[in-house]
Amino acid sequence: MATETLTLGKALNTGLRRALENDPKVVIMGEDVGKLGGVFRITDGLQKDFGDQRVIDTPLAESGIIGTAVGLAIRGFRPVCEIQFDGFVYPAYDQIVSQVAKMHYRSQGKVTIPMVIRIPYGGGIGAVEHHSESPEAYFSHTAGLKVVTCANPQDAYVMIQQAIASDDPIVFLEPKRRYWEKGPVELDAPLSGAYPLHSARVVRPGTAATVLAYGPMVRTCIEAATAAAEDGRELEVVDLRTLSPLDLTAVYESVRRTGRCVVVHEAPGNLGLGSEIAARITEECFYSLESPVLRVTGYDTPYPASRVEEEYLPDLDRVLDAVDRSFGW
Amino acid sequence: MAKGDPAVSSRGRRAAPRSRRTAATGEPELVQLLTPTGERIESAVGPDGTEYRVDFTDEEYRGLYRDLVLVRKLDAEATALQRQGELGLWASLLGQEAAQVGSGRALRSQDMAFPTYREHGVLYCRGIDPIMPLGLFRGVDQGGWDPNEFKFNMYTIVIGAQTLHATGYAMGVHMDGRTGTEDGEAVIAYFGDGATSQGDVNESFVWASVFNVPLVFFCQNNQYAISEPLERQTRVPLYRRAGGFGFPGVRVDGNDVLASYAVTRHALDNARLGQGPSLIEAYTYRMGAHTTSDDPTRYRIASEVEAWQAKDPIARMKAFLDKQQIADADFFASVDEQARAESVHLRERVLELPDPAPVSMFDHVYPHGSPEVDAQRAQFSRYLESFEGSAH
Ligand SMILES: Cc1ncc(C[n+]2csc(CCOP(=O)(O)OP(=O)(O)O)c2C)c(N)n1
Repeated sequence: MATETLTLGKALNTGLRRALENDPKVVIMGEDVGKLGGVFRITDGLQKDFGDQRVIDTPLAESGIIGTAVGLAIRGFRPVCEIQFDGFVYPAYDQIVSQVAKMHYRSQGKVTIPMVIRIPYGGGIGAVEHHSESPEAYFSHTAGLKVVTCANPQDAYVMIQQAIASDDPIVFLEPKRRYWEKGPVELDAPLSGAYPLHSARVVRPGTAATVLAYGPMVRTCIEAATAAAEDGRELEVVDLRTLSPLDLTAVYESVRRTGRCVVVHEAPGNLGLGSEIAARITEECFYSLESPVLRVTGYDTPYPASRVEEEYLPDLDRVLDAVDRSFGW
Repeated sequence: MAKGDPAVSSRGRRAAPRSRRTAATGEPELVQLLTPTGERIESAVGPDGTEYRVDFTDEEYRGLYRDLVLVRKLDAEATALQRQGELGLWASLLGQEAAQVGSGRALRSQDMAFPTYREHGVLYCRGIDPIMPLGLFRGVDQGGWDPNEFKFNMYTIVIGAQTLHATGYAMGVHMDGRTGTEDGEAVIAYFGDGATSQGDVNESFVWASVFNVPLVFFCQNNQYAISEPLERQTRVPLYRRAGGFGFPGVRVDGNDVLASYAVTRHALDNARLGQGPSLIEAYTYRMGAHTTSDDPTRYRIASEVEAWQAKDPIARMKAFLDKQQIADADFFASVDEQARAESVHLRERVLELPDPAPVSMFDHVYPHGSPEVDAQRAQFSRYLESFEGSAH
């Protein structure tokens, strides 16, 4: 079996290439996705090989990108839209939540919108404002959409193909600060393999406490778990992978085993994914809990200037601190 | 002349010279083939020199008249049903029948339409059971027809959103290689004058133009967006916007079913032949309220409504058929009778529309379900069953 070491960005690129090869109805569209290959080069070389009708440089209009993709989907295509940065998805917000998410429901199943909206998201790359946001809660709150995110190259490669093959409209969040991190990618991995799109995965087993993370925070949490292990505390790190719907079965199993839980995300804490997860765990696992579910999140501020983003973003110390608090209860 | 009143074209008259300064309303450059008094105009010339004419058989003329009358009657029945509490809301097309029937009949079976919430006349022309939009406004469903089967999409409430869907669909038509021939496919997007202020509509103009898609933008300028008059949306005649985006625009007398047909057919044919998008501004008037919850007396005067009454699309068609002896009193009586019978039938069926099963609210959120929604459905079902003797 062919296993290669790829960056997460290259793994996405390879996954997109596979999807274009396998299904002539797949089209990629967005600003600068053609000749330039996208500002992060995730679509690098695809227009050269598949032509400008499969990889379409669009006008600079986000609502237009999503709205026309809706029409293409109605026509039988499978559009994969790139939004250049998280902070620029808002002009398309109406089309996503009012049109993309609701068409199947409103048409009583007669219209299906098999569309993927790729968004490089999150901070940690020293960008200027509007380039580091985590909009996952807005989309997770919207019925009819699915929201997923990958944390390593293997998942990036498989999940992007699973998302494109899915009939659901999917917001596909790409942890931009992890684009350049390398890992093994099994190129022949079956899409229907061990981890379907909508499942969480234990990425580091442990018994002391459960740490739930997704996207860019998974690596941070693995590092925290490694540090904790040196102090004799085996943390279980769970990569949620899918944010809507949540794989709560996997979450509950882990929390019941460990009795403690810390949820970690970059997005602001107020009404973030962590709030929902904490509430659900409390409802379902109350008698298994040794202490309250704790959250480690970005602060409730707009994403700050990049010279202070290291303070804003949850890091190893804040995660370990929360674990300590969990044990101090 | 009343405010907003376009001058009546005479036979074969040319468009006004370009240099003339014109306001958004009162613009005289409109294509007309049938005057308000029922005089037939042989041909009319659009702003770009295109000559428009129609060539119908007597049977076809009678058919258009029948469509206009039926659509108006069904609309009136729906308004009455709302007044009696049987519909939550109704958006009436009264006054806009000619624009809708003219453009709707110009569509070929392979063409795709993207409507707003007022296109009951186009829906009728697409062969969809007129009960369908009533389910939406009664609240038993969200529009029950199959968009792909009838080539008529769901009604769109969010102003302007559907113009982008139409543009994308038209890109798909082009990518499928279904343009460039006589039997190619074309797409039509309906929207109002208010919608022209929306970003989505302007974005769709940009996209349609740069991708040269087979799309006809059909704007029914009924002079108002709820209470706001046209002057609140634009300072230039709407059809002239097209020029700035790089495609042709034409204003047609939207109360003239023949001209509405002619300009739409021409634009659709151009589109299917691969000549790209165009904009039609159907200059018309909403005779009734915006919807049944609106009070138009707050924002418009009776004399304006009367002036438009004199340009009624059905009266002028009737006068024409009568004068030309294309139809006789028996025919008119039979159409009225058919309209009456169909509206009675519609009423009976609306009253019988069953409420949806409560648990159906969980259907079709996702094509292949979702554990969250499935769990909530199961929980809700158990909750319903917990009521003893419950009929649910
Ligand atoms: C985005 C959006 N804003 C506001 C509304 C509320 N609204 C419904 S109809 C309407 C006026 C639309 O006017 P126009 O586009 O001229 O179409 P008409 O109703 O006259 O056919 C408004 C403001 C809406 N449906 N969508």
